[in-house]
Amino acid sequence: MNVLKHILLGSVVICGFASATLAQDKMTVGFSQVGSESGWRAAETAVTRQEAEKRGVDLKFADAQQKQENQIKAIRGFIAQGVDAILLAPVVATGWNDVLAEAKDAEIPVVLLDRGIDAPEDLYLAAVASDQVKEGAVAGKWLVDNVGSKACNVVELEGTVGSSPAINRKKGFDDTVGATSNIKVIASQTGDFTRSKGKEVMESFIKAHNGGKDICALYAHNDDMAVGAIQAIKDAGLKPGTDILVVSIDGVPDIFQAIANGEANATVELTPNMAGPAFDALEAYKKDKTVAQKSIVTESKLFTASDDPKGQYEARKGLGY
Amino acid sequence: MSPRLWPLAATLSIFLIAYAVCVWQFPNMWSTRVLGNFLTDNAFLGIVAVGMTFVILSGGIDLSVGSVIAFTGVLLAILITRYNVHPLIAFTLALALAAAFGALMGAMIHYMNVPSFIVTLAGMFLARGAASVLTRDSIPINHEFYSTVTSLSYRLPGGGRLSVIGLIMVAVFVVGTILAHRTRFGSYVFALGGNATSANLLGVPAARTTILIYALSSFLAGLSGIVFSLYTSAGYPLAAVGVELDTIAAVVIGGTLLSGGSGFIIGTFVGVMIQGLIQTYIVFDGTLSSWWTKIVIGGLLFVFIVLQRLLVYASKRRWRKTPAIQIGNMPEVA
Repeated sequence: MNVLKHILLGSVVICGFASATLAQDKMTVGFSQVGSESGWRAAETAVTRQEAEKRGVDLKFADAQQKQENQIKAIRGFIAQGVDAILLAPVVATGWNDVLAEAKDAEIPVVLLDRGIDAPEDLYLAAVASDQVKEGAVAGKWLVDNVGSKACNVVELEGTVGSSPAINRKKGFDDTVGATSNIKVIASQTGDFTRSKGKEVMESFIKAHNGGKDICALYAHNDDMAVGAIQAIKDAGLKPGTDILVVSIDGVPDIFQAIANGEANATVELTPNMAGPAFDALEAYKKDKTVAQKSIVTESKLFTASDDPKGQYEARKGLGY
Repeated sequence: MSPRLWPLAATLSIFLIAYAVCVWQFPNMWSTRVLGNFLTDNAFLGIVAVGMTFVILSGGIDLSVGSVIAFTGVLLAILITRYNVHPLIAFTLALALAAAFGALMGAMIHYMNVPSFIVTLAGMFLARGAASVLTRDSIPINHEFYSTVTSLSYRLPGGGRLSVIGLIMVAVFVVGTILAHRTRFGSYVFALGGNATSANLLGVPAARTTILIYALSSFLAGLSGIVFSLYTSAGYPLAAVGVELDTIAAVVIGGTLLSGGSGFIIGTFVGVMIQGLIQTYIVFDGTLSSWWTKIVIGGLLFVFIVLQRLLVYASKRRWRKTPAIQIGNMPEVA
């Protein structure tokens, strides 16, 4: 036991010296991720690692496997380790006060990624998230700009009933096209955010509207449903992208392939790069101890055939979508 | 050294060596912060592991504890947030309910002669199902009492904190140690696990002891649920999924014989700390997948199962040499 104690003490002393002599300019950031339950989540993790590497940030990654207790443990671990900042993608909205207060005591700034929490605002530095209403509005605006003044009947594939992206993406789109007199949403049903449901519902839309001849455009709340619907349009003997315009949201690799093939027209990206703006905020905070905005909204960028869809597909396919 | 002590010694050595290696690689792991976190972050696991140690010592298993933790959390959240019940009254209710639930399972195991595995499996589904029926979402608990308790902590030099829930766990281990190794109830538990038939012949009250063991385990699961709700300030029906298995792993790694009759409460403490150490190491490293926790725990379990078999052989050989044995001290009397 004595020998062990000596080894232990010895290693503490040696490592203490070693770490003291290391340069301190490289930022160390701990990232507590929810898990890897969806393709987008996996892409977010991959992009965060890339961003960290690009900026010379030493990223400590902890996957919580969908459990809040694991996230709290990871944050405490990061604090004990003395990281310079913490990124948190919270699994639930409640129960963060104590651990965030501990981080604040230790003067470690915390940035929230893609989901909000029920905690006093002074417990975190900033929150990065997308604006789902704006995503729907950008998709709507693309349609308005492209249809011009001719009449256009739109069918809409909604996300899971009651989910916040489904509600917000519908609102943004409806408000935008509702302002025109020539574009009308003639049918709207849930496709549950899945490819197979998207195909099924589109088949019924086509049947109900004169074999699809009365449909001018499809708006899907996510790319997966659009990809399913494209198949249904092809099966009905119509040309997706020409006979029926296709616009959707997310920016997954498969939709870029469809755009490259001329089978889809536009997608609004839900960027997996939440960490980029977070690192920007942290760097700014490190320099002058303030943040410009508490709530950082990511860009909802529109991609069409003129935005090199092939290149976009190549860049995304390895991210884990 | 008595062969009985081998597993404990092995666990302790593994912990100390592993910790030394961790500190060698990450000097910051040698800090009061990390030590304080070990207690706070593993409080719910440690408390429930004490109850599980009693169950395993008696030769049984309790699969219901994770669900009881979740149910307790949800019950507390509903009582406190929706019905404005004072937390202390809610705690009393929850603990009483948990203990009664455990006693019921114990009675079924004894009187109906059903394996504990089956009865507690039913208990696990029942408690998890009941929690999910009460609510599907995470219910926040915003009571003054909660914020007071969670903000109370003793600051150690170096920034570490001794939290209330960490201290509750330590207290449970102290009481558990006394109960197991210094009381009549404790010796009954060891006797039941050693050999139920000879325990009966020796006059051990099997029915009462069995019921008490499972009541204790569920009571501690309820206490662990309280600690968990303090830890997250919320009740969530999907909380603590799989904790029963982490707990069993901690008990076995802590040197308690899975077939019952031999072990130490303090070994379980070290078993819990080993799990905490692995998780902390993974966070400090920051590049390893968190699933390595499971891989290392799995590997350790294999090692300890082999060690236990060796121990059984060794003690059998010993028994032949020295027939004068004490019930309760032998690892396994086949």
